[in-house]
Amino acid sequence: MNDALLLHRIHFAFTVTFHYLFPQLTMGLALLIVILKSLYLRTNNPLYNRSARFWARIFGINFVFGVVTGIPMEFQFGTNWAEFSRLTGGVIGQPLVMEGVFSFFLESAFLGLFLYGERRLGRIGHWWAAFAVFAGSWLSGFFIIVTDAWMQHPVAFLRAPGGMFQVTSFWGLLLNPWAQIQYAHNMCGAVITGVFVMAAVGAYYLLEGKFLEDGRAFLRVAVIVGAIACAVQIFPTGDIHGRYMALHQPATTAAMEGLFKTETGAPVVIIGQPDAESERISNPLMATGVLSFLIYGHTTAQVKGLNAFPKDDWPTNIPLLFYSYHIMAGLGTIFVAVMAAAAYLLWRGRLYSSRWMLMILLISLPFPYIANTAGWMTAENGRQPWLVYGLMRTTEGYSTHVNAGNGLFTLLGFMGLYALLAILFLFLVHRVIAQGPADEPAAEISSGKPVTVA
Amino acid sequence: MLLTWYLLVAVMLTGYVVFDGFDLGVGVLHLFIARTEEERQTLIRTIGPVWDGNEVWLLAGGGTLYFAFPLLYASGFSGFYLPLTMVLWLLIFRGIGVELRMHLDSPVWRSLFNLAFGGASFLLTIFYGAALGNVLRGVPLEHDGFFFLPLWTNWNVGPQPGILDWYTVIAGLVAVVALSLHGANYAALKTSGVLNLRARRVAAVLWPMLVLATGASLATTLLIRPGLLDNYRRIPALYAIPALVAVSLGAMWKFGRSGNEKGAFLASCSYLVWMLVGAAAAVYPNLLLSTTDPALNITVYNAHSGDYALSVGLIWWSFGMLLAVGYFVFVYRMFRGKIREEAGGHGY
Ligand code: HDD
Ligand code: HEM
Ligand code: HEM
Repeated sequence: MNDALLLHRIHFAFTVTFHYLFPQLTMGLALLIVILKSLYLRTNNPLYNRSARFWARIFGINFVFGVVTGIPMEFQFGTNWAEFSRLTGGVIGQPLVMEGVFSFFLESAFLGLFLYGERRLGRIGHWWAAFAVFAGSWLSGFFIIVTDAWMQHPVAFLRAPGGMFQVTSFWGLLLNPWAQIQYAHNMCGAVITGVFVMAAVGAYYLLEGKFLEDGRAFLRVAVIVGAIACAVQIFPTGDIHGRYMALHQPATTAAMEGLFKTETGAPVVIIGQPDAESERISNPLMATGVLSFLIYGHTTAQVKGLNAFPKDDWPTNIPLLFYSYHIMAGLGTIFVAVMAAAAYLLWRGRLYSSRWMLMILLISLPFPYIANTAGWMTAENGRQPWLVYGLMRTTEGYSTHVNAGNGLFTLLGFMGLYALLAILFLFLVHRVIAQGPADEPAAEISSGKPVTVA
Repeated sequence: MLLTWYLLVAVMLTGYVVFDGFDLGVGVLHLFIARTEEERQTLIRTIGPVWDGNEVWLLAGGGTLYFAFPLLYASGFSGFYLPLTMVLWLLIFRGIGVELRMHLDSPVWRSLFNLAFGGASFLLTIFYGAALGNVLRGVPLEHDGFFFLPLWTNWNVGPQPGILDWYTVIAGLVAVVALSLHGANYAALKTSGVLNLRARRVAAVLWPMLVLATGASLATTLLIRPGLLDNYRRIPALYAIPALVAVSLGAMWKFGRSGNEKGAFLASCSYLVWMLVGAAAAVYPNLLLSTTDPALNITVYNAHSGDYALSVGLIWWSFGMLLAVGYFVFVYRMFRGKIREEAGGHGY
């Protein structure tokens, strides 16, 4: 692989991974805020409105970072992946424009109203503003998933002379079955990030002995929603996703599972290190027959291993793919256990006093981020060596006129800038959490002066 | 059909310049016309609720370009790799600057963010102007439809120019003046008292500079690219466009003197619109001109995407933009009128 290609890949991977740290919380919190606002409307308990305001402040900060890191993503299709853009613009240009006109306009218009218009809009109006922000962010997630799903599983296109891809069915593209599965699984992952963040802040307040009432409300909502989301993440969404993969990207499945040779009664490797040179797993701990069962429903079915495919079509980084998949799935299992335990304690009325459980919830905070990132690494590394699965290789897609020196220059620039952004983000969110929820409308808390910007 | 999509892309990018243009202008000006923290807050409040929506015009415009003319998107974006990446960095600084400056009540923090916001706005206007200059001047397209431009070579307009040469620098300056004036007109419209006074004074100073800059850009453009008049020769009605630019300038001056703030702002919008329309009318059907061989030009005919996509696109695109315009009308109505200055007032 040449330097320029490698740099463009790292460039995209780095910037999109950083970007996605923010939207996952945006989308998760957007749902939770709508839930809090609905609880307020139903129960009339001002506690829920206060909670919604508190989370809206964090949402507002998070959103800014999502926006400023999102814009470079859209541009990079053209700057770093010019050949890809030239050939596929006629297809994936569609969901990308739709994201702009249908969701970004919606979100950006209503976010200001939602954050600072509470008095002016009234109770019901404010609920609708929250809902519009939620709808905008979930729609935007949908369109980007449609884009990605088309690269994973191209549908509804033809290839014109000269190799350009052209879309042949508007609905066919939007309703790509891969996109539906991926969307369900991915949005559920975003909700998991939201609930773990909310639960961690609630646990922190209870452990510190401050804002007790609010902390309990956070925990209650987060644990109930979280228990559902964590279960749905594995079954049905993760499960269907996995089986669909095995059907349509069998080489990827084999690499994810570390299955080098075709086997009947194929095992699931729970822990182990793939050794791509000698084509086996070192130090394996496996459960025989389970992989066959997961994919085909019975323990003796044959599962294709990597040896069934030409080496040229193997994913380029098998160990990374294997680990990221196992990290995602392993964490997913742990999340179910954590949320189930917390939900049980909540039901028995012991959650708020159980310090060890609160401690676990507090330290779980980073793990959904890791799971989501690992999930995307699985998806994107698993797609290799293809840019558009089965049709266009990654080596054919980058900007050949942008040399490695220029690629490195902008990559380093982004790294420096994003390091700065990360520090700013943590600093600002930390302040909001330290200040805690308060009774005034959010707009006037931060400085004692009216807030000027939306 | 191709002409329609050409126009739609032009509409989106013009929308971006007109809307985000005044945010950028206010960004540049706030360093000069706001003296106290209260004044600065008031000024930034005039764009606070709208700047993010305004920026979406850029995203949606870029997306529309990508969708309708993939070759242009691919070639242009990779060829202008360095300046575009810098634009992205500047957009980050601007967004962070305008949104986060309020989060800490500390003079040092605020000054840093003011500088980020103002400095990034200023550089962005230069970059945008220079970008338009590059499109009008042309770039050294190769046979595969691609090119790569260094930031500068010898500052001359030759077959192998850089992003910056004397011509594109002039274009950048025109943009700085035009958008600062646009921002001043907007600020005058939305504020009262001392800020309003200063904004109007700045507008009065910038106006003659804009007239000069406009003339200079027109003259130099025709000097380096006489071919840009071809469409005008063929369809003389197009000469109405430069006339409208002149009328807008005149109206801006007249409304500025008579204190009609709304008129002056609308005149400034109209100036930007007709300048861009004039450029778009001159370039069509080319999208990107070659400095070496006209046969290599990227045109609407060789850059467009599939017919099905484009015809179905018209339906959902119009529907989506109708909704978007609806939100815009709603939001601007919610925030209409002058920003009140009293402390304790709620937001807008
Ligand atoms: C909190 C996050 C999270 C958790 C706990 C899980 N996942 Fe996941 N997974 C994602 C977050 C995620 C994701 C980030 O949302 C991905 C990446 C691409 C996508 O659309 O969703 C994804 C993709 C993804 C894929 C597709 C990979 C590809 O397209 O190449 C499969 C097969 C699974 N997941 C399966 C599972 C299973 C079986 C899990 C549980 C045991 C699981 N995921 C837990
Ligand atoms: C937030 C979620 C995402 C993450 C974490 C992510 C991660 C990655 C990673 C790690 C790579 C490098 C893979 C490699 O080179 O081996 C990559 C490449 C790429 N991804 Fe994604 N990705 C995400 C979402 C998307 C989406 C939504 C799209 C399309 C709309 C996309 C398009 C691409 C492209 C074009 C490349 C470059 C070509 C390649 O190396 O395959 N990614 N991404
Ligand atoms: C290549 C991939 C991606 C591109 C081109 C992209 C593009 C963008 C852009 C331009 C914005 C700023 C919008 C604004 O100005 O309001 C943005 C924000 C956002 N993106 Fe991405 N994005 C990518 C990956 C993702 C992924 C994988 C998801 C989730 C599934 C996602 C979800 C969002 C959401 C919900 C927002 C708005 C909320 C926020 O800013 O936090 N994006 N994205």
